[in-house]
Amino acid sequence: MTLEELQEIKAGEELARSQKKKSIHVCVAAGCMSQNAEAVLNTIEGQLKEKGLAKDIDVKGVGCMGLCAAGPLVSIEPENRMFQEINQANAFLVTDNLEKGKKTTNDLASDSPFFKRQYKIVTENCGVINPERIEEYIAFDGYLGLYTVLHDLDQNEVVQNLIKSGLRGRGGGGYPTGLKWSTVAKAVGAKKYVICNADEGDPGAFMDRSVLESDPHRILEGMAIAAYAIGADEGFIYVRAEYPLAISRLKVAIKQAERKGLLGNNIFGTTFNFTISIRLGAGAFVCGEETALIASIEGGRGTPRPRPPYPAESGLWGKPTLINNVETFANIAPIIRKGAEWYASIGTETSKGTKVFALAGQVVNTGLIEVPMGMSLREIIFDIGGGIPGGRKFKAVQTGGPSGGCIPEEFLDIKVDYESLTKLGSIMGSGGMIVMDENSNMVDVARYFMEFCMSESCGKCVPCRVGTAQIYDILTKFAERRATEADLTLLEELCDVVRNTSLCGLGQSSPNPVLSTLKYFKHEYMERIQAEVNQE
Amino acid sequence: MTANGQIKIFTLKIDGKDVSARSDQTVLQVCRENEYFIPTLCHLEGLSNIGACRLCMVEVAGQRKLLPACTTMVSEGMEVTTTNDKLAHYRKMTLELIFSERNHTCSVCVSNNHCELQYLSQKLGINHIRVPYRFPKFAVDASHPYFILDHNRCILCTRCVRVCDEIEGAHVWDVSGRGIQAKVITELNQPWGSADTCTQCGKCVNVCPVGALSEKGRSVAENTKRSGFLPYLTARRKEKI
Repeated sequence: MTLEELQEIKAGEELARSQKKKSIHVCVAAGCMSQNAEAVLNTIEGQLKEKGLAKDIDVKGVGCMGLCAAGPLVSIEPENRMFQEINQANAFLVTDNLEKGKKTTNDLASDSPFFKRQYKIVTENCGVINPERIEEYIAFDGYLGLYTVLHDLDQNEVVQNLIKSGLRGRGGGGYPTGLKWSTVAKAVGAKKYVICNADEGDPGAFMDRSVLESDPHRILEGMAIAAYAIGADEGFIYVRAEYPLAISRLKVAIKQAERKGLLGNNIFGTTFNFTISIRLGAGAFVCGEETALIASIEGGRGTPRPRPPYPAESGLWGKPTLINNVETFANIAPIIRKGAEWYASIGTETSKGTKVFALAGQVVNTGLIEVPMGMSLREIIFDIGGGIPGGRKFKAVQTGGPSGGCIPEEFLDIKVDYESLTKLGSIMGSGGMIVMDENSNMVDVARYFMEFCMSESCGKCVPCRVGTAQIYDILTKFAERRATEADLTLLEELCDVVRNTSLCGLGQSSPNPVLSTLKYFKHEYMERIQAEVNQE
Repeated sequence: MTANGQIKIFTLKIDGKDVSARSDQTVLQVCRENEYFIPTLCHLEGLSNIGACRLCMVEVAGQRKLLPACTTMVSEGMEVTTTNDKLAHYRKMTLELIFSERNHTCSVCVSNNHCELQYLSQKLGINHIRVPYRFPKFAVDASHPYFILDHNRCILCTRCVRVCDEIEGAHVWDVSGRGIQAKVITELNQPWGSADTCTQCGKCVNVCPVGALSEKGRSVAENTKRSGFLPYLTARRKEKI
């Protein structure tokens, strides 16, 4: 592959597009797919053929359009007219209304705040390109970043670019990505590895899945750039087996990239070699923790080991290893293409760029959103999310998955970034956002997450293995109104032990849901103690 | 160790006192050399360290989190605190959690009076367990001709797993299940007696800190363990090379 060939593919795609009057996009990511989007796609194709429009109108399956609550979604481009809840029976609404004009019952306002308030970097191609065609990714400047890096930048310049961009790890910890890359780049050793952590396990989170399903080449390009920067020639994508669609699209993407010479040996005619293989996780949440993930790739039992040594120094098979999350890798190509300064201009002082959130729970617009760092929770939940359905009252929002915490209404106006959420006793996490209304009891919420942590604890260290089970038992007592004051004291004590003495991040953060609900909703715990006293 | 394999000599502070250490030593090794008491259960000299029991947690100046002494390598100018009120509290609580996990009844145990768990609890002054007992139901595997496995007394320190894999080279033992459901298994969760890989060497029994692994025919308090063979064995093996 050369730059000319890359441009040729792009020009070819643009020509093909210009020959069609319009194109119809049907979302075929997992959310819409589960509502039979594939049949919708076929129906629309059939109807166009009947009308003799097949030549003029292009129909294609695209990645996630975001508003999963209203799926299957269909849009007509280039005017970006959107339709919601399209099925085989009402697919004619789309094909009958190709020209502007009549509003249908299934029209979806594409200028609503849900779409307009977003800022798309990671998901810029989601809902735009067909994820199973590398040509379409290239048409949107795909692999141009990799070319630039290989031909115009040396390794240190790539790392410096990343440092200047201010990008921080999107897996949850928020560790500066540039710093991590420079550490691995400086590590001694001829063999190094790049790993993409796609073992997304938080309940209610589906950011990584959507990106992998909608734009898999973006991840491959990000990983290749990383490999060049740190001096690696082999990469692994560790993706959970529960994401069959993402896995199949990744496989297709890897094969296409290899065929085009964008992975493999002598990429873009340089001496840079890089191959990527896929490893499937067997469903253990703890395997999202980097040392457990490495153990799992090595074929061992997925249990974390104490750090240091960090994977940057001694990772996969004892070699220096760079591990980043899917969303982190998805940010790399745009940073290289558009420049670190551009990226650093988005977001807050300490947290740059955008963040993808999976909005779930009691919110009108359930789905995937990408917003600049520093947007307030209120804007995210009420403007973009559309507020709470059925006119009920907002109670709390849970961020960061089972390791995160619940944030009550009085803090809705804080600007979302890594620091502000940590200050509130929650975390950014990978980007799950579960909205709860007045019908949720916080003790039950804490108990739900504790049950998750208990059953997902690997069982290696004592505080997490036994502590989480004991905390869960106490919360069950609360749920059944059998708890006493002494239980509350013990609960707090256990949370403290588990947080401070557990081996890995999963254990250390597992009491967060309990601690944050104790902090903001203690009265709900007290009510249940009180109830018991009254019964007596 | 440094990149070129050279060992350096460091000076560090343990509880305010200066001590010297080789760069390939762990904090625990240096503390024990200098006769500082740090409780451990999963650690055993001669086996790899996994940092699982969390009893050896120490404070290191400049570190936000507590660190396990058994897996933390020494460094120049390190300041280690081996014990204070907070650490003592955590250690006691961790032991209480271990006691609450399964059915530890000293009065009927083969290891009574020579049990590491029992010894540490006495040493740390535990006289009652504040967290509720979980009373799980576990079977006893007595299918082996010489040894017995009693899950009720197991603390999941995985010394048996490591000694069998690292020293004996048989890898009969492993852990199955997750979290509170985890338990040690022989082969692919088959009865121990049917394990073809088992060489019947008894190393696992002798490194077991509690009464989970015992010799057949031993009654209450009769099973003394001889874990001292391990440093001897590893030292002799090193000599050969």
